[in-house]
Amino acid sequence: MDRFEWIDFSLQPGESNVISQSGVALYDGPDKTSFNDGLMVLTTHRLIWKDTLNRSRVLAVSLSLVVRIEEQPSGFAKSAKIEVHLQKANSGKAPGPVASSQHDYVRLSFRNSGEVEFYRYFMEQLRERRWEKTVPPADPVSGGGARNRPGIMGIERSIQHKQRDMDMNISQSFKDLRMLMEKAKEMVQLSKTISTKIREKQGDITEDETVKFKSYLLSMGIADPVTRETHGSGDKYFTELARQLAAVLEKPLQECGGIMTLSDVYCRVNRARGMELLSPEDLLNACEMFEFLKLPVRLKTFDSGVMVLQLLSHSEEEVVRQTQALLKDKESLTAEELAQQLGLSVILAKERLLLTEKMSKACRDETVEGLRFYPNYFVTK
Amino acid sequence: MATFTWPWQYNFPPFFTIQPNLDTRKKQLEAWCSLVLNYQKSQKNYILDTTEAQNSPLFYNKDINRRLSTDGIQIVLEELRKQGNVEWKDKAGKQCIIMWRTPEEWGNLIYKYITDKGMKNTVCTLYELTHEEDTENQEFYGLEDWLLLRALQCLQSQGKAELMGDEGVKFF
Repeated sequence: MDRFEWIDFSLQPGESNVISQSGVALYDGPDKTSFNDGLMVLTTHRLIWKDTLNRSRVLAVSLSLVVRIEEQPSGFAKSAKIEVHLQKANSGKAPGPVASSQHDYVRLSFRNSGEVEFYRYFMEQLRERRWEKTVPPADPVSGGGARNRPGIMGIERSIQHKQRDMDMNISQSFKDLRMLMEKAKEMVQLSKTISTKIREKQGDITEDETVKFKSYLLSMGIADPVTRETHGSGDKYFTELARQLAAVLEKPLQECGGIMTLSDVYCRVNRARGMELLSPEDLLNACEMFEFLKLPVRLKTFDSGVMVLQLLSHSEEEVVRQTQALLKDKESLTAEELAQQLGLSVILAKERLLLTEKMSKACRDETVEGLRFYPNYFVTK
Repeated sequence: MATFTWPWQYNFPPFFTIQPNLDTRKKQLEAWCSLVLNYQKSQKNYILDTTEAQNSPLFYNKDINRRLSTDGIQIVLEELRKQGNVEWKDKAGKQCIIMWRTPEEWGNLIYKYITDKGMKNTVCTLYELTHEEDTENQEFYGLEDWLLLRALQCLQSQGKAELMGDEGVKFF
């Protein structure tokens, strides 16, 4: 009890109220004292007791003296208590109600209960040790003084204040998003290591599983996507993007017969990029750079307006020859039938047929049932 | 009709769709033109009504359920007109004369017959040319008057014949 000192109740700079509870009595060790009904206030720096009847009786003990606290649950005709163990006070201590005490602890008896919450906040404050952090003295203009000033200036200031808070909240939220993106990068890294492991241990895993996993990986895709942030907004961005697209798309293009509609490309690329989505316009602009950069992929617009990417090695003659042979084989084909035969999209199958027709290797039969293509017997017979 | 043999194209469905590829279309129209002329010839028919043509077996193959569209028919007839085998009877393009031999060709045919017979420098009537026993085996036997007249006018402009009134003609 001798650790307490008399104070006039005012907060120190940087100190703030945490929780208060009325109807609390102080015990010096196990013994009752005359401080038996007061308001117990926990601040970030101190534990303060204020007498309910005599307002000038205010006691305080610095939280820096607290060694540990213990909870004592309530019993029959006995209020719940918190035992606060204190260390010896500094020599320069202000006078208190008791000059010396044989006990190294005090008890706070919660007659109106509320001890559970108080205990929780108490522990929290002890963990945070806010009293150790020195706080610069508050600026008298922007601080309390300004808040008291009424009028338009005051309102404006409070609006400014609110905006500042909001800005802070928003930037904090974006910080979270950035964290998420960092994590996504780690995920990609992880998937890469797994894929190399798979390659090394090909024998242990069934082919089916490998294929399945590879398709997952394919959708994870681009580890370090070219973005406007990393490459600016000018030509450099598009050239770099074009290079990356060509590198990423070369293999999928080969797998699906050397040609892919631009809409498919768009979906694939954006799935691979994860967070850094591309706009259709940026994709198109980048694709238009292919030819200039002499990349092995080309953007092609069919007469029908359908845009596709195709490999440079993809030869139209070969496609026409192939389609012609199929037509001869099947007597006649619709775009749907050809799509099924070759595992292509219907749009691309139609383009193939139109191309073959353009080369005079096919002719059309247009009816209400749809468009059907035949070998061009007009020319060959 | 029974004697008419359809060309292979007639049973080829794309034949009834005007082909967008120009090279293919050229071949297709060639086939159509010769089909139309041959068919008309076998029917000894000169007049074609385009509004009814769609239902004629010429443009409608029931077996494969294909029909040349009216636009298609117009294109074929226009192609024939360019060759000199078709003349429109009205400006709306509803009826046309299909001459499976042009007047010029008819003229040459008649002129050859006359030369072979040694009938140059003689006068004969128009009726005699197309309806007498002498010409029964000739292709121009029974040729319609208006077409005969056109054929002879052709010869006249070449200086090979001279029409005498409405009835007679003299060959040189």
